[in-house]
Amino acid sequence: MPLELVLNVAVGGVLTGLVYGLMALGLSVIFGVMRVVNFAHGEMMTIAMYAAVIAFAQWQLDPFLMLLPVAGGLFLFGYALQAGLINPFIARPEHSQFILLVAVAIIMVNGLLMAFGPNARNVLVPYALDSFEFGPLLVDKVRLYAAVASLGLAAALFVFFRGTRTGKAIRAAADNHTGALVVGLNVQRLYALTFGLGSACVGAAGCLMALLIDVTPTLGPVYTLLGFVIVIVGGLGSMAGALLGGVLIGLSEALAGLFLVPSAKSMVSFALLILVLLIRPHGLLGRST
Amino acid sequence: MRIAGLPLLAGLDRRAVTLLALLLIGLLFVPAVAGPYLLSIMILVLYFAYVGQAWNVMMGMAGQLSLGHSLYVGLGAYVAAALFVHAGIGPWIGALAAMAVATLAGAVIGYLAFRFRVGGVYFALLTIAFAEFTRIGFDHMTWLGGSAGLFLPVAQRERNDLWSLRGDPVMFYYVILGMAVTALALCRHLARSRIGFYWRAIREDPVAAEALGIDVFRYKMLAAMASSAMTAPAGVFFAFYYNNLFPEQIFSMLRSIELILGPIIGGLGTLFGPVLGAFVLTILAEALQEALQTLGWQIPGIKQVFYGFCLLLVIVFLPNGIWPPLARRLGLDVR
Amino acid sequence: MTAALEVVNLSKSFRGLRAVVDVEFTAAAGVVTAVIGPNGAGKTTLFNLIAGAIKPDAGSVRFGGTDITGLRPDQICRAGIGRTFQLVRPFAGLTVEENVTAGALMREPDVAAARVHANEILALLDLSDRRRRLAAELTLPDRKRLELARALATQPTLLLLDEVMAGLRPTETDRMVETLTRLNRERGLTIVLIEHVMRAVMALAGKVIVLHHGEKIAEGSPAAVATDPAVVESYLGAEVA
Repeated sequence: MPLELVLNVAVGGVLTGLVYGLMALGLSVIFGVMRVVNFAHGEMMTIAMYAAVIAFAQWQLDPFLMLLPVAGGLFLFGYALQAGLINPFIARPEHSQFILLVAVAIIMVNGLLMAFGPNARNVLVPYALDSFEFGPLLVDKVRLYAAVASLGLAAALFVFFRGTRTGKAIRAAADNHTGALVVGLNVQRLYALTFGLGSACVGAAGCLMALLIDVTPTLGPVYTLLGFVIVIVGGLGSMAGALLGGVLIGLSEALAGLFLVPSAKSMVSFALLILVLLIRPHGLLGRST
Repeated sequence: MRIAGLPLLAGLDRRAVTLLALLLIGLLFVPAVAGPYLLSIMILVLYFAYVGQAWNVMMGMAGQLSLGHSLYVGLGAYVAAALFVHAGIGPWIGALAAMAVATLAGAVIGYLAFRFRVGGVYFALLTIAFAEFTRIGFDHMTWLGGSAGLFLPVAQRERNDLWSLRGDPVMFYYVILGMAVTALALCRHLARSRIGFYWRAIREDPVAAEALGIDVFRYKMLAAMASSAMTAPAGVFFAFYYNNLFPEQIFSMLRSIELILGPIIGGLGTLFGPVLGAFVLTILAEALQEALQTLGWQIPGIKQVFYGFCLLLVIVFLPNGIWPPLARRLGLDVR
Repeated sequence: MTAALEVVNLSKSFRGLRAVVDVEFTAAAGVVTAVIGPNGAGKTTLFNLIAGAIKPDAGSVRFGGTDITGLRPDQICRAGIGRTFQLVRPFAGLTVEENVTAGALMREPDVAAARVHANEILALLDLSDRRRRLAAELTLPDRKRLELARALATQPTLLLLDEVMAGLRPTETDRMVETLTRLNRERGLTIVLIEHVMRAVMALAGKVIVLHHGEKIAEGSPAAVATDPAVVESYLGAEVA
């Protein structure tokens, strides 16, 4: 196999992996702060993808323009979902939370199926087939832009958590729930905000993914699982781990697609998930709590 | 008033026995009065009652959340179907092989999970990962049809052949009824014996259970193996009733979720919850679809949206399911 | 007097923090031994080491002459050591009777026999009228009694009690002391208990062991230990500062 081909595929995988990372970042933030496992994560991404597809089909709006509006919409959606439905479940047993979100996921997948039918749709921007040449490397334009946008948004989120009062308050609530209550933080609002932010991440990631793959209503569960694979590989609750996990999974998927039958490539992800669950229950960069 | 003598009914009061007997008689006469459509729905109800009961052993009794039970349904289905198609071995022998394979799979997953202390949500994810891994694997097994599916020779409907499970829906109805009744009786027996007490103790608090001399690892393993063994015959039934198998369908995560709806909606950890949940859910969903069809609306996905809302409402408002409050109203033991 | 439990040079550190350091003591058969000391002295860690919940870094535990170091909690329970937890851990979704039956099953041949035995213990601990209630519905004093009942149901020869009086009112404490005295006198049960309630320690214990910063600083009769300057200082130093 020519090295150039491998290299090209690898670079593509890394770039896609950064978008995966942004998606998984949302899952990781939600888990890290609230210890809630968002089982509807991939489904939320699918909703965002449809938003991008519809905006493009109806008004020819470029998904990169839609990035912030869609993220904002998903933020509101996530905020409301947490405040209205999930909050009473924070103190309930783990499996009840899980089942609640499974129910939400089922409704989303099939709601999309009812609304848009089973056929695949896509976004074909005018520059969809353009690419940059870096020596022997041929890099898709959309993929590079999407990766850069993902990195930018992840950095913005990082700055928010490190640099702003609200961000610090959220981290305080994550570290010590009771302590946060004692010092007068409105934990319920912070949780809703966190779920909103996590949803905004996956919303933005959905917008970008719409440029890279076709969207069908049943994409949700696959990407929920992919999200879990990534955050567990990287360490649930670790922001940098989510990005790193995304890159690793993107890369391994791309290479597996090259060396194995393409349809078998997600087998590699699941095998990786099994291994990581067994060997490193806290992932590569996770906290050992 | 307790009824002695029949060990299977030991501990049930007269009222409960009467209601159970009435239900059983009613179910026995369903094929006499029901048309083909209603019969097919009742087969589905009993199928979910059976497989829900099997899953309930693991989650409801021992507290281990498996979201990958479609793995055992699929393995059961493929083992029995492959033996039938490739070697001409009938489904009853095939079911034994299917149970052996599923038990082995359950034991391997259980061993890895419990030895490496993969618990809670991580355990649920592990079960999904194994099911999905297997699904993709079967997609590539060409001698089992791969993603194009495995098909069983369709029956000649002159005579019911119970030994080969080739025949009309009435025969399948009685087979699945027998399976559901057996599962209920078996689970009742398990719940009332030492193993049932130990499973519930582990479900409630594994650390405290260990301090009472319970070998937690061993009993979790037994739960995983019992549950996977019980689930496999559901797959065998599925294979011979529908006559076709696709990895994409039988191993899918949606199937895993579908089969846990009954016990959750009926009541986790209760014996009658899975049965009641299967009845309520399947019949309501079919009624909804019928109603929409008469209105002329054909909307794919609506049944699943309905499932989703049922699950949502129950988990929010009746976290213990609908059976416990109903049982109290009927004056019956919740379990 | 024969030693039921011998703890030899037991040590355990958590990430460099030395929780239990070279602790050595014996608990004589049929005697109530109390382990006291300020918060964080390593008492619960010591119990967890004896009961097998955590593995020691060094040292050994002998019970009835056999080495039980490093065994699993269920094996240690089978050997005849019952324990309660400082923060009670009832099986919340099970009834009181089921809680105790689950414990009784270890030594009884079947569920029916275990239930009979469980009910004897419930009667002994004045819990009979609550046996059909869910454990989650019990008050704290009743939960503490349930915790004790469950441990007793495993028919131990040695009972490890971790603060069974904490959070009880004085009258309830007296009731618990009376129960424990009866178990010790009438059944010859060996008891090792961690306790902060000094009134109970004085009433029950034949011997007291004092831990401070993971180390044993004193050992002897309750009266002797109470006047030991090192003990007084450890308490004053810890509680006042």
